Amino acid sequence: MADEAPFQFLHSELIQYITKSAESGDTENARNITKLEIMGFRVGQGLIERLTKDTVRFKDELDIMKFICKDFWTCVFKKQIDNLRTNHQGIYVLQDNKFRLLSQLSAGKQYLEQAPKYLAFTCGLVRGALSNLGVKSIVTAEVSVMPACKFQVMIQKM
Amino acid sequence: MSRQSNRTTDSKKMNSELFTLTYGALVTQLCKDYENDEEVNKQLDKMGYNIGVRLIEDFLARSTIGRCQDFRETADVIAKVAFKMYLGITPSVTNWSPAGDEFSLILENNPLVDFVELPDNHNTLIYSNLLCGVLRGALEMVQMAVDVRFAQDTLRGDNVTEIRMKFIKRIEENLPAGDE
Repeated sequence: MADEAPFQFLHSELIQYITKSAESGDTENARNITKLEIMGFRVGQGLIERLTKDTVRFKDELDIMKFICKDFWTCVFKKQIDNLRTNHQGIYVLQDNKFRLLSQLSAGKQYLEQAPKYLAFTCGLVRGALSNLGVKSIVTAEVSVMPACKFQVMIQKM
Repeated sequence: MSRQSNRTTDSKKMNSELFTLTYGALVTQLCKDYENDEEVNKQLDKMGYNIGVRLIEDFLARSTIGRCQDFRETADVIAKVAFKMYLGITPSVTNWSPAGDEFSLILENNPLVDFVELPDNHNTLIYSNLLCGVLRGALEMVQMAVDVRFAQDTLRGDNVTEIRMKFIKRIEENLPAGDE
């Protein structure tokens, strides 16, 4: 497919659907965000399988994270992560200064309260990808000024 | 570093897989959320419609295509430009009705169903029903009311995937009352 517009539109429809069902139904907001995250997780699992089928085995955790920042991010969002930081104890912070799914939304603080639902799918995406590489993790995201955003990956030790 | 060179992937291909997988995750979720396939079909169509009414703007802005003179031209634009641009495929246009108000799009390989197998208990699910909604919504925004539905689907054992489109009417632009 030559184009990313279908994915962008589909993604915003997903959010639309999830928020609608939250308004009409009994389920609280948090659980619906979780649904988005679960969808992302499945997609991440599938993608990483396709993406790594010809790659060499990874050396270590950092090597895996670099792969996520470079190849995986490029494949999904057409750019690399701008900044990767770690405390070498299992916490990684991935910073994207112009996150694709937010860049159409605003450049500043407007709509900031809407931001979390635009990030849930991607958090799941990263978690799913890592999980299929044998790394169990918790992924959260935070935004202070759109469209920049930070994903925090906490590796769960087995 | 042979390691680096091994890691080149076809980003276009991957991007289509991202879309396919995301769509799959959506359908899976809908099947969980709704009791029966009919509801899921309806929901997919509705979501497609929402996408269509927005996608048409993106399409018109980027393709520099003007107003279509007749339904045949519309069919050509859909198959050769729009499908090509967004899904990377070119369906063939066939089975014109004598009046020229109805035709079929034959999809050789539907990218939405790349990794899909329908389980037995979902035999009334129209997996790619989103597409119908997209077409309907997009055409409605250019003043065409069109009926779109799947006539055949390879997922359900047919030889080809066929989308049947029927022109219903031109939508007149309604001026607000009292406005000349």
